[in-house]
Amino acid sequence: MSGFFKSSIGKKVAMSLSAFFLMFFLVMHVSINLLSVFSEETFNTASHFMGTNWLVQFIMQPVLIFGVIFHFVMGFVLEIKNKKAKGVAYAKNNGAANSSWMSRNMIYSGLVILAFIVLHFIDFWFPEINHKYIEVLPEDPTRYFGELQHKFSSPLRVGAYVIAFILLGLHLAHGFTSAFQSLGITAGRKKTLQSIGKAYAILIPLGFIFIALFHHFNH
Amino acid sequence: MALNSRVPEGPIKDKWTDYKNHINLVNPANKRHIDIIVVGTGLAGGSAAATLAELGYNVKAFAYQDSPRRAHSIAAQGGINAAKNYMGDGDSTYRLFYDTVKGGDYRSREANVYRLAEVSANIIDQCVAQGVPFARDYGGLLDNRSFGGVLVSRTFYAKGQTGQQLLLGAYSAMNRQIARGKIEMFNRHEMLDVVKIDGKARGIIARNLITGEIERHSAHAVVIATGGYGNVYFLSTNAMGSNATAAWKIHKKGAFFANPCFTQIHPTCIPRSGDYQSKLTLMSESLRNDGRIWVPAKLEDAKALQARKIKPTEIAEENRDYFLERRYPAFGNLVPRDVASRAAKERCDAGFGVNATGEAVFLDFASAIERYGKTQAKIQNLENPSKEKVYQLGKAIVEEKYGNLFQMYEKIVDENPYKTPMMIYPATHYTMGGIWVDYNLMTTVDGLYCIGEANFSDHGANRLGASALMQGLADGYFVLPYTIGDYLSNEIRTGKIPTNTPEFDEAEKEVNDRINFFINNNGTHSVDYYHKKLGKIMWDKCGMSRNEQGLKEAMTEIKALREDFWKNVKVPGSAGEMNPELEKAGRVADFLELGELFAKDALDRNESCGGHFREESAEIDGPQKGEAKRNDKDYAYVAAWEYKGEPSDAILHKEQLEFKDIELKQRSYK
Amino acid sequence: MNLTLKVWRQKDSNAKGQMVDYKVTEISEHMSFLEMMDVLNEQLINKGEEPVAFDHDCREGICGMCSMYINGEAHGPDRGVTTCQLHMRMFKDGDTITIEPFRAAAFPVIKDLVVDRMAFERIQQAGGFISVNTSGNTQDANTIPISKHAADEAMDAATCIGCGACVATCKNSSAMLFVGAKVSQYALLPQGQVEAADRVRNMVAQMDLEGFGNCTNTGACEIECPKGISLDNIARMNRELMKASLS
Repeated sequence: MSGFFKSSIGKKVAMSLSAFFLMFFLVMHVSINLLSVFSEETFNTASHFMGTNWLVQFIMQPVLIFGVIFHFVMGFVLEIKNKKAKGVAYAKNNGAANSSWMSRNMIYSGLVILAFIVLHFIDFWFPEINHKYIEVLPEDPTRYFGELQHKFSSPLRVGAYVIAFILLGLHLAHGFTSAFQSLGITAGRKKTLQSIGKAYAILIPLGFIFIALFHHFNH
Repeated sequence: MALNSRVPEGPIKDKWTDYKNHINLVNPANKRHIDIIVVGTGLAGGSAAATLAELGYNVKAFAYQDSPRRAHSIAAQGGINAAKNYMGDGDSTYRLFYDTVKGGDYRSREANVYRLAEVSANIIDQCVAQGVPFARDYGGLLDNRSFGGVLVSRTFYAKGQTGQQLLLGAYSAMNRQIARGKIEMFNRHEMLDVVKIDGKARGIIARNLITGEIERHSAHAVVIATGGYGNVYFLSTNAMGSNATAAWKIHKKGAFFANPCFTQIHPTCIPRSGDYQSKLTLMSESLRNDGRIWVPAKLEDAKALQARKIKPTEIAEENRDYFLERRYPAFGNLVPRDVASRAAKERCDAGFGVNATGEAVFLDFASAIERYGKTQAKIQNLENPSKEKVYQLGKAIVEEKYGNLFQMYEKIVDENPYKTPMMIYPATHYTMGGIWVDYNLMTTVDGLYCIGEANFSDHGANRLGASALMQGLADGYFVLPYTIGDYLSNEIRTGKIPTNTPEFDEAEKEVNDRINFFINNNGTHSVDYYHKKLGKIMWDKCGMSRNEQGLKEAMTEIKALREDFWKNVKVPGSAGEMNPELEKAGRVADFLELGELFAKDALDRNESCGGHFREESAEIDGPQKGEAKRNDKDYAYVAAWEYKGEPSDAILHKEQLEFKDIELKQRSYK
Repeated sequence: MNLTLKVWRQKDSNAKGQMVDYKVTEISEHMSFLEMMDVLNEQLINKGEEPVAFDHDCREGICGMCSMYINGEAHGPDRGVTTCQLHMRMFKDGDTITIEPFRAAAFPVIKDLVVDRMAFERIQQAGGFISVNTSGNTQDANTIPISKHAADEAMDAATCIGCGACVATCKNSSAMLFVGAKVSQYALLPQGQVEAADRVRNMVAQMDLEGFGNCTNTGACEIECPKGISLDNIARMNRELMKASLS
C-alpha cells in the first residue's frame, strides 16, 4: 500500500480523498453559518457546541488542519512535478480549445483560497484559539453571533471574502468531478456527476457570499 | 542455377504435417547461441521476431519507424480470412485454398497456398489469446463477414481497423520478448545491405537514422519482412516510407526477384486532387456492396462535370452509364478488384472522367439509401412515407454501415457523400510479386529468408481481400519458425559471427560510398522530382493496362531517368545526422532499378492474368470480348529474375507451376 | 493561399532551437497539412537550405507517426484527425501558423519537429501484453465467449495509435490516457484479467519512471486525441491500480 501512494495514481487518489474531506467540511461549515441568517440563538448554540466539544476540537480540528495542509502541500508538489514534466513551454498554446480555464488553473484558484484561509485564520481562528486556550477568557455561549456580525461590517473584508468565494467556486467547479474521476468513479455516470458538481460549486460559495453580504447589510 | 521449390512429396493435405514431422530441430540449449536478424516489423516481421525469440533464438529486429507498431500493416482495414467455418456455411481448408488459387488467377504455388489455408484457423486462436478485440455477436462469439471473390463468410474483423489490431497483437508479443531481452529492437534503423559470407547470409549493414552512424550486425540467418514495392508508382496507398530497398539489395546479392509485374490496383481510392498530392487513401472494398459505380453516358455531360459547370445529381438517370452493371451483369459492382479498376480506367481514358483531372468515377449511394429507406419504412409500418422520410431512414442505415468511411471521405474531399456521389479512382495498393522463395520461405541465398508481402509466394497474379493479413501472420507465427529451424540445425557449431571480416568491410564501404555520393553530389533536382517522374512512367506504361510498345518505352525512359538521377540529384544536409532526404534518395535509387525490371517482366509476360493486363492478350470476340485472356500453355510459370548488373540484363528463371489439385479455368464475371 | 509559417528548428537533441519564419505561397485548400510542409521543404531544398524534419508515414491517420503542435493544439485545430489528415481548408489566406514539436520532458526533440517517443515503448514493454506463447497451441478462439459490450469497449480502447497527442496536449505532460487505454483493453477481456494486477502496477511504475506528469483531469487529452479515446480509461486504470494495491 505504501508503494501505491508513491505512484502518480496514488498521489491523485490521496489528493482526491483529501478533497472529499474538505468538500464535506465545506458543507458542514456553510450549514452552520447559514443558521446565523435564520436565528441568532441556534447559531450561538451550534457554534458553542463546535467550539467546546472535545471531539470536534481535539480530533476533528487537527484532522481538518492536516487535511488542508496536505491538500495544499500535495497540490504544490504535484504542480512542481508537472511543470518539470512539461520541460520546454510552447510558444503558442491554445488551452481554451480543449479544456476549461478552471481545470488549467487549479493552482491559482488554490493559491487565492490559501490566501483567504490565512485571512480567515487571522479573523476568526486565531482570536478563537486565543480566547479559549491562550488567554483563557471567560466563556460566553452567546458571543458568536456578535463576533460574526462585527467582522462583516468592513466592506473591504466582505469584498475580499466575495472574491475568494468566487475563486473557491471555480476551484470546486473542476475539483468536484475531478475528485470522483481520480477515484475511478466516472464511467457511465458522468452527466449526473457533472450536474451535481456544478450545483455544488455554485451553491456552497453562494451560501458563504450570501452570509457575508447578509450580515454586512443587516448589522 | 535451377530453381528448386523444395515442395515436399505426398498428397497436398499431408505435405505440411509430414514436413514438420521430419525436419531437423535445434535443441533449446543451442538456440541460445544462434542469432537471427529480422528486418521489418509489420505483421510478418513482428510475428516472426516474437515467435523466434520465444523459441529461444537471439533476435535482432529492425524498423525504420520509431516503433514496430507503426509498420504499414497497421493501415489494413477490412479483415483477415480464416477457414474456421464458424458460420457453418460450408467453408473448409480446401475451399479457402481453392478461392485463393483461383482469385490469384492460377499463378501461385499450390503447396504454399494450401499450407496458408491450413494454418489460417490457428491465427485466429492465437490472436484472440493475445487479446485482439475481434468483433463479436451478441452471444459473445466471433463475428464474420464476407469479402469479394468468395461465396462464404470467413473474414474476421475488428471494426475497420483489423490490421491495426493484429499488428498491435504482434507488437505486444514482441514487447514481451524485448522485456525479456530476447529481442533487441533497433528502431529508426534502415537496412542498407546484406552481408554474405561463403554464400550464406551472415548479417546486414544498417544506418542509424538518428545519428547517421553505419552499423554492422551479424547473425546466423537473416529474415527480410519489409513489405511491398507499391511506392515505385510514387502515388499509392502505401506509407510514405514504404520502400523496396532491403528487397532490392538482397536481389542484387543473389536473391531472385519473382513476378515484379504483379501489382494490385485497388478500384476504390480517393482520386488525386492535384500535383502536390503525396499519397492516396483507400476506401474499403466493402463500399461496393451498396454503392453503384457510374459515369455520364454523354460526353458533353462529362465535360461539364470536369469544368464543374453541373452537379452530378443534375444528370438524369437515363443519361448515366453504370458501366460495371452493364458489362458484368452477373457480378455487377462486385467484380474482383482488377476487373473493376480496368473498367474505370477504360471509361476515363475515353473521356468520361468526372472530376477536374478527368480521373474519377462516381460511387453512388443514392439508390442504396432509397432502398434501405423503403425497407425501413415497411418495417416501421409507415404508409406512403415522404421522400424526405425515406431518405432519413435510409441514410441512418448507410451511416451505421459505412459512417466512419463517409466521414473520412468528407474530411479529405470536403463533400458530403450522403448528398452527392463519392468520387473514386483506382490506385496502387499491394504487390503480389516479390522475392522468390521456396517452400521453406528461403530465397536463392542460403540463410536468407523473405516473408510477408516482400515475397512472391501466395497470391499469384491477384490477391483476394483480407488475405494479406492472413499471409503475413501465417509466415511469421507458424511457417518460418519451423522452416528456419531446419536450416539452423546445421549452424549449432558455427559460433558467434564476427563483424570484422573483409565481407563486412566491403559491404560497409559500398554503403558509405553511396551515401557520400549523394551528400557530395551538387545536383539540381530534389529526390521527389525523380520519384514523381518515375511514378508517372510506371502509372502510364506499367499501370492497369500494358502493351509491348509502352513497356519498351518505359524501360528506356526509366533507364534514362536513372542516369539523370545519378548525375543531378540533390541531397541537402550531411550523412552524420537525421536526414530524411538522404533516406529517400537511397530508396528512390533502388526504385529506379526495380521499375525497369518491372517493365521487363511485364514485357516478357505476354498474357493477361490477374492484375497484369496485356492489351495484346484479350478476348477478341465472343461473349468475353475485351476481357483478359490468360495463356496457361506458355505462361503458367513464376518468372524469377536473377540480377546481372543492369536491370535490363536480368536473367529469367522459370518455376513451372503444376496444378494437381485444382483445375485451371478461365475467370468469368459476365 | 499564402501563409506565414513559424516553425521550430533545432539541429539535433543537444542544440538550442528557435522559431524560424517562412513564407509559402499558392497553397491549395485541398492539400493536407503535410503536403503543405512538402511544398515548404521542396522550396527549401531548391534554395539550398535544409528541409524541416518531421515524422510522418502512413498519411492516413493510423500509424501514429506524425506529431506536430499546430497553432497551440496537438494535430492542429480540427477534431478526430491526425496532422496528416488535417486539411488546409481549416486555414485562411494570410494566416500565420505556428508549428512546434510535441513538448514533454519525456519526449526529447531529436531534430526540428521530430521527437523521441521511446518512453511509450518502454511502458508497453513493462506490461502491455498478455503472456501467451505464439505457439498456435492455444484453445479454440470461440472457447471463451466475450460479451459484445466488453469486446466493443476493449476495441475502443485499443484504437489508440500511440501518437502522443495526449502527452503533448496535457499541461502536465501526463501519459495516463495512453497507459489507461492499454490497461483498459486487457482489463476488459477475460484473457487479460489473469495478469491484470501485475500489468497495471508495472506499467504505471514505468510511466512514473519516464518522467510523465500527473493527471489533473483537465480532459484536454480526450478532446485532442485523434481516435477519441475516452477519459473513462483513465478512471478504469485508477480503479485497476487501487484494486491491485489492495489485493
